[in-house]
Amino acid sequence: MSEISMVVNGRSVSATVEDRTLLVHFLREHLGLTGTHVGCDTSQCGACVVHLDGKAVKSCSMLAAQASGSEVTTIEGLADGADLHPVQAAFREHHGLQCGFCTPGMIMAASDMIRRHPDGLDEKTVRAELEGNICRCTGYHNIVKAVLAASKSMAKGKGGKAKKAA
Amino acid sequence: MAMEGIGARVARKEDKRFITGSGSYVDDMVVPGMKHSAFVRSPHAHADIKKIDTKAAEKMPGVIAVLTGKQLKSDGIGNLICGWMVHSKDGSPMNMGAWSPLAVDRARYVGDAVAIVVAETKGQARDAAEAVEVAYKEKKSVTDAVAALKKGAPQLHPEAAGNLIYDWEIGEAAAVDKAIASAAHVTTMRIVNNRLVPNAMEPRAALGHYDRAEDHHTLWTTSQNPHVARVVMSAFYNVAPENKLRVIAPDVGGGFGSKIFIYPEEIVCLWASRRTGVPVKWVADRTESFMCDAHGRDHVSEVQLAFDQNNRMTALKVDTVANFGAYMSLFSSAVPTYLYATLLSGQYAIPQIHCNVRAVYTNTAPVDAYRGAGRPEATYVVERVVETAARELGVSPAELRRRNFITSFPHQTPVIMNYDAGDYAASLDAAMKAADYAGFEKRRDKAKKAGKLRGIGMSCYIEACGIAPSSAVGSLGAGVGLWESAEVRVNMAGTIEVLTGSHSHGQGHETTFAQLVSQRLGLPLDQISIVHGDTDKVQMGMGTYGSRSGAVGMSAIAKALDKVEVKAKKLAAHLMEADEGDIVIENGELKVAGTDKTVPWSQLALAAYAAHNLPEGMEPGLKEGAFYDPTNFTFPAGCYICEVEVDPETGRTEIVQFVAADDFGNIINPMIVEGQVHGGLAQGIGQAMLEGTHYDAESGQLITASYMDYCMPRADDLPSFQVSTSNTPCPGNPLGIKGCGEAGAIGSPPAVMNAITDAIGDNDLTMPATPQKVWAALKAATRH
Amino acid sequence: MYSTTYHRPTTVADAVKLRKKAEDGQFVSGGMTLIPAMKTRLAAPSDLVDLRHVGELKGIKVSGKTVTIGAATTHAEVAESAKLRKVCPAICDLAAHIGDPHVRHMGTIGGSLANNDPSADYPAAMLALGATIVTDKRELAADKFFKGLFETALKDDEIVTAVTFTVPAKCGYAKFPNPASRYAMTGVFVAKTKDGVRAAVTGAGEDGVFRAREVEAALAKKFDASALEGVSVPSKDLMSDIHASAEYRANLVVVMAKRAVAAANAG
Repeated sequence: MSEISMVVNGRSVSATVEDRTLLVHFLREHLGLTGTHVGCDTSQCGACVVHLDGKAVKSCSMLAAQASGSEVTTIEGLADGADLHPVQAAFREHHGLQCGFCTPGMIMAASDMIRRHPDGLDEKTVRAELEGNICRCTGYHNIVKAVLAASKSMAKGKGGKAKKAA
Repeated sequence: MAMEGIGARVARKEDKRFITGSGSYVDDMVVPGMKHSAFVRSPHAHADIKKIDTKAAEKMPGVIAVLTGKQLKSDGIGNLICGWMVHSKDGSPMNMGAWSPLAVDRARYVGDAVAIVVAETKGQARDAAEAVEVAYKEKKSVTDAVAALKKGAPQLHPEAAGNLIYDWEIGEAAAVDKAIASAAHVTTMRIVNNRLVPNAMEPRAALGHYDRAEDHHTLWTTSQNPHVARVVMSAFYNVAPENKLRVIAPDVGGGFGSKIFIYPEEIVCLWASRRTGVPVKWVADRTESFMCDAHGRDHVSEVQLAFDQNNRMTALKVDTVANFGAYMSLFSSAVPTYLYATLLSGQYAIPQIHCNVRAVYTNTAPVDAYRGAGRPEATYVVERVVETAARELGVSPAELRRRNFITSFPHQTPVIMNYDAGDYAASLDAAMKAADYAGFEKRRDKAKKAGKLRGIGMSCYIEACGIAPSSAVGSLGAGVGLWESAEVRVNMAGTIEVLTGSHSHGQGHETTFAQLVSQRLGLPLDQISIVHGDTDKVQMGMGTYGSRSGAVGMSAIAKALDKVEVKAKKLAAHLMEADEGDIVIENGELKVAGTDKTVPWSQLALAAYAAHNLPEGMEPGLKEGAFYDPTNFTFPAGCYICEVEVDPETGRTEIVQFVAADDFGNIINPMIVEGQVHGGLAQGIGQAMLEGTHYDAESGQLITASYMDYCMPRADDLPSFQVSTSNTPCPGNPLGIKGCGEAGAIGSPPAVMNAITDAIGDNDLTMPATPQKVWAALKAATRH
Repeated sequence: MYSTTYHRPTTVADAVKLRKKAEDGQFVSGGMTLIPAMKTRLAAPSDLVDLRHVGELKGIKVSGKTVTIGAATTHAEVAESAKLRKVCPAICDLAAHIGDPHVRHMGTIGGSLANNDPSADYPAAMLALGATIVTDKRELAADKFFKGLFETALKDDEIVTAVTFTVPAKCGYAKFPNPASRYAMTGVFVAKTKDGVRAAVTGAGEDGVFRAREVEAALAKKFDASALEGVSVPSKDLMSDIHASAEYRANLVVVMAKRAVAAANAG
């Protein structure tokens, strides 16, 4: 068993867990944050993506103990109170989700992608950058649209300009 | 209010919970005292089970129980069944082998469940599952359906000699043979429809909870049709009587058919809960899903299409072998018969059609309906053979199709279906225009200069949705009727709950169904709630599959709304002292036409429940239910055009454009409809280019048992799609809806394959057209 | 996943000690291969010694033509390193296409090399660059380091601390990903160094990463894609699976080599 502690969605949490506990299971089963999902066993579907110290990672592919001492943001912590994060809002507006199962991972991946591309995104880049997230419902068409729209709106929000935005 | 009614592109009501991580899927459910489980599964494709020793496993930490098939049988739990009786052409009923939820004396595919371990944690359950000692005696296995029919093939079930489940036919064989013999041209092909694994992103899960005090069972399950699950589990599996069994399908993360069926795991979890006294949860990992979810397709067909000297089709002959896997899944028998052979006329006037289907047991996962279910297989046969015929005849594929289109309706095909409405030329024209078909040769030349091979292919599909009516499907062998039920419950202050037997697992019913109510009553969407997925809340339902929820489920709601309207108008007329016939409902008010007299909807609702002043004989309350049984299938149709570019050095194919022109009849929410098409296209393109299911022929092991080997379509495999719709309203239901859920997956595979074979000039390429296969085909072509 | 015991040292010395003490321990860096293998119970280390918090394993140094990359440097850090991109963009581009963005945030160069997956990208680069793999005990030439499928010259308690290489005149990488897993189904790294042309192939060899002598010979004459016209490599020792036959992989070796050279010449 390991004593672990981390900051999850701005809240300090600590617990004693089996060392083999994956971060995703810690989030879901110990903290009740069931928005983060598990869709595969081989680290490919991306339904489990969370932000670890500000960067997108697959919470199914790391132990909770490995994340101890870090800051974790999950889909539940992305919105600012009642105000949706621009990526969340764009997914809804552009119908970037259907069954909703891959959606939390998609949104966490997309917000990380936009962070890493402050100069804007184009369709080809968005599609390439979504390599680690599988959706079976949408054919990605509207997800791509939503990410591009969010990227644009966030650039505007910062007063910047999305140079490459399609 | 028109902004939120029929035809409006309204953002979905259900999205709020999904984008904030607040959805509740089965794996999110926690009930007090809940324990976890793991299944012991056969590592062999075919083996006798000699002995199961659970002693060591029972002593492992955290283990509550290890249960086997023997215990299950001794508790009277029944075998799984296929609910659709199909008779062979000699009149004999299909040969259904026994399928015990936990295999007792023989395992018939890799993954066949043998025992369940219930333990404190999932990890402990899995640790103990490994410690269950099963003595297997391996037998020879067969995974290929054609091979399974051969003499001397390993035999799976004593009930099915030669592994043959049925040998069924439709149409006039003699007439077809005669037409072929006298044809000016006959195109002959062997067409393989590759086996697919559905891969909804949410793995299947079940949580069974037996409440001893109430002697009541609750099952949370990833189901597309909880009511069907309840009746089947009661009537056939003897798990619990219907009045003692509540089935809840909460948020379900995609289904695509794979979550229609009743699987061993949910039965076993519920039974294990009763046996152990603790709630038992099971969640599949992805490899379990690959091994044990019902797969789709897997047909091999010999096809002949005959033409007269004017290039008019005279006959189609199809001989299909359908792989059913190790057991007959719930709807399996209907898929390659009534959902497949009946669609072989496509969009064409073909005077004679004959189809023979042999359904075969093999040592593979059960095969059942997967998005499209039979109709993709039919469309693939028809559209590949038509395209090939055009190449052989040296005529334009579009013109050959156009020449043979059905143009007057209703049209009776030789294979049961009676098409009610359509304009196939309109879709073809729209697609060709959108794809700039005329400009293709220029693009091909340009690509050639850049060292790439361009190809273009089309597919004119037709499908049948909203499988119905109940009397007809009953006469064809269905165990149930295929109506839908709805209840519209107007609350005292006027808000509305619609209880529907349809189930939404991505389709957006909470929005589209509310849009229908909004349109009819003029109320804003936030005053309308759609309730589904719980047998305790919704009285009856048949669930969601076969693109039936719009055409059938919403029609039931429309019928219930009719009744609500009648009563509301009657009451309004009484309150305003007007004639019933003069009352109109608009913008949330009931008005006397031509006057300024109105009653707000909320007031009317209150009046109905206060019951202080009701018309003579009127019962208090405002709540109406309806069952809707359609009069016919609906027939969505359309034309898809795919343009590809092949890199001859690597065989890699890129889709450079994909155009879809569909006729879905009337549309409630175009945004959602487009989303359905996008998703269907991705699955169809996945089938055509990426997704292959491989069993090792020798060992029967599933080689493609994870995303490492089974290629799921990713964002960079696909283009943005150009989709459009035209509309010939469906005359068969009150809303004029045809259904849109499956079209994309039905129409796209032949379009893609027609394009790739056009690019590389090899017509024998099979799906999935992987880079390796395309490269090998090109290489073979340069050799001769 | 079977039970395991997690350790988090902050120095190499402590990491080695912990590993020595463990019954059947393993070092874990990004864990992008090891953790999934543990989840499917294909790997069952008694102890995991986490190297992500060992400061001395991190960072990228460029001094003149000599590049040193700390073993715990993530793929994302390599991909985004401006100073590395200035001297050797091919390495940054290679790193930018390993796995997916989330994997790149965790996976490390040291972990990739120590694991020596036959479809991993870095081994091809290190072999073609004639890099030196630095461990806590010694320095090993890449030629001596990679020993076969998932096999390296590393001893059980030996830790890769860094890799170092001299930037070649030109280098480039091209890979054809496995459509399903997205690992390299065939990847070729070519480098034109002062000692000649080296071309290393990943994803294709039955014994893991190898040098394609036919490609090297052709490119030694002329470092241009055109030099590879008509060149073929034998399929004899190449992998064959449902995704790609040995013959197809042999073709991909030449095609990817051409594209790698083109990238090298463009860069």
